[in-house]
Amino acid sequence: MTLNTTSSEDRFAGERLKRTPFYPRLKELNLREAWDEWNGYKFADHFYDTDYEYFCIRNQCGTYDITPMQKHLIEGPDAEAMLNRMVTRDMTKLRVNRVTYLCWCDDGGRMIDDGTIFRLGEEKFMLTCGSPSNAWLAKSAVGFDNVTITDITDDTAAIAFQGPVTCEVLKKMGLEGIENLKRFGIMTFPFEGETMIVSRTGFTGDLGYELWVPAELGLKMWDKLYAAGEDYGIQPVGEGAVNMARLEAGLIMPYLDFSEALKTVHYKHDQSPLMLNIGFTVDFKKPHFNGREALLAEKEKGLDYILTKLDIEGNKVAEEAILYAEEECKTEIGYVTSAMWSPAVKANIALAMVKPEYLEKEIWAEIYFYKELRPYRKMAICTVRDKPFYMPPHASQTPPAIF
Amino acid sequence: MSNYDAIIVGAGHNGLVCATLLAKAGKRVLVLEANASEGGLGASREFHEGFQVPMAHGAASFSSTVLKDLNLAGEGLSFSDALPTVGLSEDGNHVSVVGDSVTGALEADAAAYPAYRAKLKRYAKVLKSIWESTLPRLGAGGLAESLVYAKGALNVRMLGRDDMGEFVRVLTLPMRDLIDEVFEDPKLQGLLSWDGVIGNKMAPRSPNNAVLPLLLRMNGLHDGDHCVPNGGMNALNEALLSAAKKAGVTIRFDAPVAKFIIEGDENGQRATGVELASGEALEASTIVSSADPKTTFMKLVGTRHLDIQFTNRINRLRADGMVAKYHAALSELPKINGLDDLGGRLLIAPTFDAIEFAYDDAKYGEASEHPVMEITFPSLQDPSLAPDGKHVMSVNVMYAPYKEKSGWSDAARSAFLGRVVETLEKYIPGISSLVIAQELLTPADLEAEYHAYGGHWHHGELSLEQALMMRPTYYAAQYNTPIPGVYLCGAGAHPGGGMTGLPGRNAAREILK
Repeated sequence: MTLNTTSSEDRFAGERLKRTPFYPRLKELNLREAWDEWNGYKFADHFYDTDYEYFCIRNQCGTYDITPMQKHLIEGPDAEAMLNRMVTRDMTKLRVNRVTYLCWCDDGGRMIDDGTIFRLGEEKFMLTCGSPSNAWLAKSAVGFDNVTITDITDDTAAIAFQGPVTCEVLKKMGLEGIENLKRFGIMTFPFEGETMIVSRTGFTGDLGYELWVPAELGLKMWDKLYAAGEDYGIQPVGEGAVNMARLEAGLIMPYLDFSEALKTVHYKHDQSPLMLNIGFTVDFKKPHFNGREALLAEKEKGLDYILTKLDIEGNKVAEEAILYAEEECKTEIGYVTSAMWSPAVKANIALAMVKPEYLEKEIWAEIYFYKELRPYRKMAICTVRDKPFYMPPHASQTPPAIF
Repeated sequence: MSNYDAIIVGAGHNGLVCATLLAKAGKRVLVLEANASEGGLGASREFHEGFQVPMAHGAASFSSTVLKDLNLAGEGLSFSDALPTVGLSEDGNHVSVVGDSVTGALEADAAAYPAYRAKLKRYAKVLKSIWESTLPRLGAGGLAESLVYAKGALNVRMLGRDDMGEFVRVLTLPMRDLIDEVFEDPKLQGLLSWDGVIGNKMAPRSPNNAVLPLLLRMNGLHDGDHCVPNGGMNALNEALLSAAKKAGVTIRFDAPVAKFIIEGDENGQRATGVELASGEALEASTIVSSADPKTTFMKLVGTRHLDIQFTNRINRLRADGMVAKYHAALSELPKINGLDDLGGRLLIAPTFDAIEFAYDDAKYGEASEHPVMEITFPSLQDPSLAPDGKHVMSVNVMYAPYKEKSGWSDAARSAFLGRVVETLEKYIPGISSLVIAQELLTPADLEAEYHAYGGHWHHGELSLEQALMMRPTYYAAQYNTPIPGVYLCGAGAHPGGGMTGLPGRNAAREILK
């Protein structure tokens, strides 16, 4: 094979990862060149060290580039009705300038994805989620004449700014009144002739905000934020650190804790929101939403598994562990989906799918771990936790503490 | 407090069958019909002052079970004997088929025909219990559900080992493969293809189940042979209307339904009535739609009340009509060289390829360059359709795609009309000089006037993926629908199109369960 070297065109242009508006700064800060990919964007797994970045989130503040997260504007007189039928929560109850966490299911009540919806106006919503949802949104809009759906992912620069000092930094940045913004609230600020949307949201269980501006203003926002945060230890954080923080907060992650229903081959390899223990997002009082009948039937019949928070004896991380009803591994009762040693809680924590009928009984994890390349096995008893492992009061305090 | 237990939307034959059976079981039933008379796509139509045509050519596929269940004989309804189907030939050497008899074709073919027909009759009989049952939902594993399939399977098994294999082999064959295995005469080949493909987006070479619709037709009155009610097609509509009224059904004409009223609370959704285009609301806890599934769900129920994947299956139903209607008022009956009796149905479909090539145009959104057609002279059975001494001619013309690529511009329409007339003139010389008035109804016109999506006369393709326990699609194939209180009883439900009356009957049985 000969390569055409005379052409100046990049033959792989369509295959190369896209760069977010923050890339000129990110590439300087990514000391370890630890790049990953998310929805076609070049995206940092970590910049320096995952544990270090995790502690930034927990002790000071970190910026997480959420530009690759999918963002869709849903607008028009039918927008509320269209979303209300698609998602599990009651959208008529979502007030303007509020955000809600929710999910959406296929007809069978299996979860396609979870995400957040921002109500930006009576007839204007922004839906964010982990994976591209254009096809599902288009299907969901069939029969609704007065709704337009726009994918604004590439047009929006967004940062999740998380950690106990974030409010202080935003005040320094000049966002007046930000301290009064409550959890899941939205404020807007004029920014360089455009609008910056700030929501008190995040995926870390800590105090935190998400900042949204038009893509071309991304760098300006970054620089302003970093200037304001200089004395507060502001630090970019990658996927690794956020994954630690979200697990401590008991939040679920696609491809770890759940499979997107439209992408599984085997029908038992996806999950319902009831199984994923986010039943609080499912509003059965709504007369109809997609998958309602199937979810009701599932509720009546009983769940096969339910996602459970486990505190596991010892310090050996229970990644990929199978769970049993007894130490002798006779009865398989579930499996771990995410696990870690939690620095904040000082506990060996995990999310696991457990057959509900065993929740009140002994749960044993069969853990494989390595010491200098040699594998070992141990059985560890697990304790079920009802609350998120890490839920600090400062995360929900309004106004947040002053630093 | 509602005055009605059930509201039936549409006074086509299935709507009336369903209404009558519900009323006979003691329900208070209201039928709402958008048009001024009963019959739906099978209604009578005055297309020129003093000249009417029935929209349906024959009652061959009508179910004798439905006749019995409704006691339509008691309404004075009777049917003609089997009438010939004639394949017209330009040279006057026509081929004619009725019963076991074939004339005008190769001798060997005529000799082979009775055995061929006997075989298909056996297979049609096997399917009788399937056509007359609610086919259980896929995945519903109860004993009663299993028995329906078990009975069907037993019927197949009773054919004997070889015949059973043969049945399964031919069931999904294209018409061409079914026929050219036995017959060599091109005219006969064209003629025998007709009833497997008419109404569908199909031609003799098309795979995907042409034999099943043929067998459904053969479940009718004369094993699929052409026949009409004595007194004409309208006698069937009148008998159905009369039976409905006698059973206590209230019927309102010129009462188009704008939407179903779906109410909801924490216990879910249910239908509570319908709203007419006039704004009038009528209450009933059971709403039965004889409209096609697309119209029913996308328009009358509204997608916001339905699940998303279900909605998309409905939205993707294949229901683009392919048949146009040509009606002509004639100063007198034409003379056709070599054919004395015009009382049967006449086909202009002289070969497999004549049909196939006509279809090829339509595949790409064009009305056929050389259309094929089925002709009847309904005034022969019902002289009241035309003034004394005058006649009407009704023609089903294939292929006229619903989504014609110009959107049925005036130019496309008049060009197609010209080709229809030209073709008729070729086979019936002099016919155009007898025409006093004429009209061409494309599938788009049929949709507008008869409220069936795509102007599709089966309310959706009778193809395998839209047949049996998949008609119109899963979760709506047992006459009930995802909305409690909403039922389907039209040709878009099992067993499907033509004029069988079975969807209406089966739906009533399901509602009364």
